[in-house]
This record gives sequence, C-alpha cells and structure tokens, in this order.
Amino acid sequence: MENLINIGVRSIFIDNMIFAYFLGMCSFLAISKKVKTAFGLGIAVIFVIGITVPINWLIQNYVLNAGAMAWISPEFASVDLNFLQFIVFISVIAAVVQLTEMAVEKFSPALYGTLGIFLPLIAVNCSVLGAALLMVGRPYNLGEATVFGLGSGIGWMLAIVALAGVREKMKYSNVPGPLKGLGITFILVGLMSLGFLSFLGFSL
Amino acid sequence: MAEVAEQVEKKSEGLFSKKNRKLISHPLDLENPVTVQVLGICSALAVTTQMKPAFVMSLGLTIVTASSNVVISMMRNTIPSRIRIIVQLAVVSLWVILVDQILKAYVYDVSKQLSVFVGLIITNCIVMGRLEAYAMSNKPWPSFLDGIGNGIGYGLILMTLAFVRELFGSGAVFGFKVFEAVSLPYQGNGLMLLPAGACILLGIIIWVQRSINGYREG
Repeated sequence: MENLINIGVRSIFIDNMIFAYFLGMCSFLAISKKVKTAFGLGIAVIFVIGITVPINWLIQNYVLNAGAMAWISPEFASVDLNFLQFIVFISVIAAVVQLTEMAVEKFSPALYGTLGIFLPLIAVNCSVLGAALLMVGRPYNLGEATVFGLGSGIGWMLAIVALAGVREKMKYSNVPGPLKGLGITFILVGLMSLGFLSFLGFSL
Repeated sequence: MAEVAEQVEKKSEGLFSKKNRKLISHPLDLENPVTVQVLGICSALAVTTQMKPAFVMSLGLTIVTASSNVVISMMRNTIPSRIRIIVQLAVVSLWVILVDQILKAYVYDVSKQLSVFVGLIITNCIVMGRLEAYAMSNKPWPSFLDGIGNGIGYGLILMTLAFVRELFGSGAVFGFKVFEAVSLPYQGNGLMLLPAGACILLGIIIWVQRSINGYREG
C-alpha cells in the first residue's frame, strides 16, 4: 500500500508529465487559455491514461515480451514481438479513445457536450503514449502500473489547470509585442517548472 | 535513407518550381513548425540537453514526416474520413518502427539516450499536423517537400536550443569540451540542463525570432 502511495505521489508531483518529461505539451499550450476547458481536457486525459496504461501493461506482459506468450502454448516461448510495441500501443490508445467517445456520447450526453471535442485529440496526446512507454521501462506490476497511469493523468491536469489560471490573468498585463502569446507562455512554464523542482527534495 | 532522399532531389531538379521551393523555405522561418505552428514541442524540449541526440532526433523526424506524407498523400483519395486518424497513426508508426530499429542497430547509445522519444515521434504533432493540413489534400511530390521543409525547420530550432544548452550547460559542443580546449575555467550552468532552462530558452528564441521577422500574435 505504501508503495502504491509513493508511486502515486511521485508521478503526480516529482515526475510530473509536463514539468519533468515535457509530454503532452502541444495540447497543454493550445488548450490552456481558459480554466474551464483546461479542466475538461484534464479529466478526459486522466480517464484515458488510467485505462490505457493497465491495458498496455497486460499486452506487454502477456503478448509482446520475449517468451510472454508461453501461456498459450509452450511453442510460443521463443517468440519476441517487442518490435510491434509502438503500433500495438497506439492502436490500443486510438481504440480506447474511440470507444470512450461512443460510450460517453450514449450514456452521458451532458458530459459529451463538454468533453466531446477533446476526446479525439487525446489519441495524439504524447502524454498517453509516453506514459505507456515509460511504464514498460519500469518494473511495475498491474496495480502499480494503474496507479502510475492515474497519477500521471492527475499531474497533467494539475499542470494544465494551473497554467490556464495564470494565462487568464496574463490577458490584463502589458507584454512586449514579439513576446506575446507563445513566448511569454514558455517563460511562464519554465518558471512553474522551477517551482515544481522543489518537490525533488521529497525522499520517498 | 537520407542519401536516397538526396538522390531523388538531385535527379528531379526540374520539379523545383518557385512554389515548390517555398514549401521548403517557408517552414524554416515564417511558418516554423515549433515557434509559429506550436507543433512538436515535447521532443524539442526533452532531447536538447546535448547536440548529438538532438541531431539524430531531427533526422529521424524529417525522414518520418517526409515518408509518411508521401504514403498518406498517395492514399488520400481512398481513406474514409471517419477513420483517417487511425490510418494515419498506422502509417506513421510503421515508419517510426523502421527508424527505431535502425537507430538500435547502428547508434545504440543515442537510441538509449532518446529512450521513449523515438516512439513518441508517432504522436509528434508535426507529423500528424502536416498529414492533416497538407498531405491529405496535396500530391505526393509537394507533400514530400513539405515534410522535408518542416523537418528541417524543426531541426533548426532543435539544434539552436541544443547548442546553447550544451555549450552553457556542460561547456561542450557535440561532446567536444570547448572551454577546456581554450583553457578557460567553466563550471557549467545547471539551469540550462533543467526542464525549466529549456522552456525559458525557447521562450527567448521565439522572442528573438519574432522581433526579427515581425510575426505577432493577436
């Protein structure tokens, strides 16, 4: 249990998707002009990462790894499908996103109204594929992988909502012309990332 | 792969009309994928602590963008629009797998350094963005040039970032210790190697670039 909490805290604050790995920067910069939409996209990302990371864990450990298919029949013990990793992972993510979109549309039209436009975008959000690929490189079991996925999603949402909050205030400040928009946003992200560095002091 | 691309360009020099030349020159400055179109930021920040991985990454992205642009552009009339994202992802990941396997075979240390970011070329917004915005509605040859142009534009920003970060962060250029060679004592500025340094530096690059070319955001 303690282990799970450690992984959760670590993936939310210390190894934050945005501030430590720069994953999902494109939508992070494009959809952080208003807190409300940023929040909606954040929820959708948590949901998709939380589902795809455990699914990809199962696929990696029962299908793709060298000798992982021995559970079907001993003949497959020498098969190594690791080179298919990228295409399998991205198909799982695209499929889950599509399914989520259909399910949300059917069961909760109100939620679909707020999340609908963001869902297709998430398939190409680097943080989803990034979380799956990072998970493979670490010795997690299924539970830990799920917590890692959820934690990464929450960390991403935290970052985008915080940036949207700052950018809403930025509208009223007088920024030099060439720095307006993207330039000042990058400097803001840099300063926020410095703030998140202080979490490095935690020993878990 | 890059050599093959060069040969093709040399052979068909007649195809470089003014319009086609613009496809390559525009993404370098006025329509730069990183600083103007805001695409492919993730990897631009993450792989630029040293110049070597940054160079390999730009090369890989240029190859993937150009070749998937060509493939998608050839198939553009047969792809049903409802499932086009999945088709695009499948084509892109095929090329990325090829690049990844080649990197693992020939430059294993760089491949280790780039870690997940080679795989993340699949979801690199530049590739998807160019497929959607250009290859889906244009012929293969212009699409190829568009891919090369955007790859080079991305590489330009990457190399600038990596140059400053490696020079001031660890006092080296392509791993060659510059400050030691001219016997200046230089400690190395840790901020440059941190994520924060990369963001602030990119912000400043955008500032400088926009002051020069006059591009303004509303």
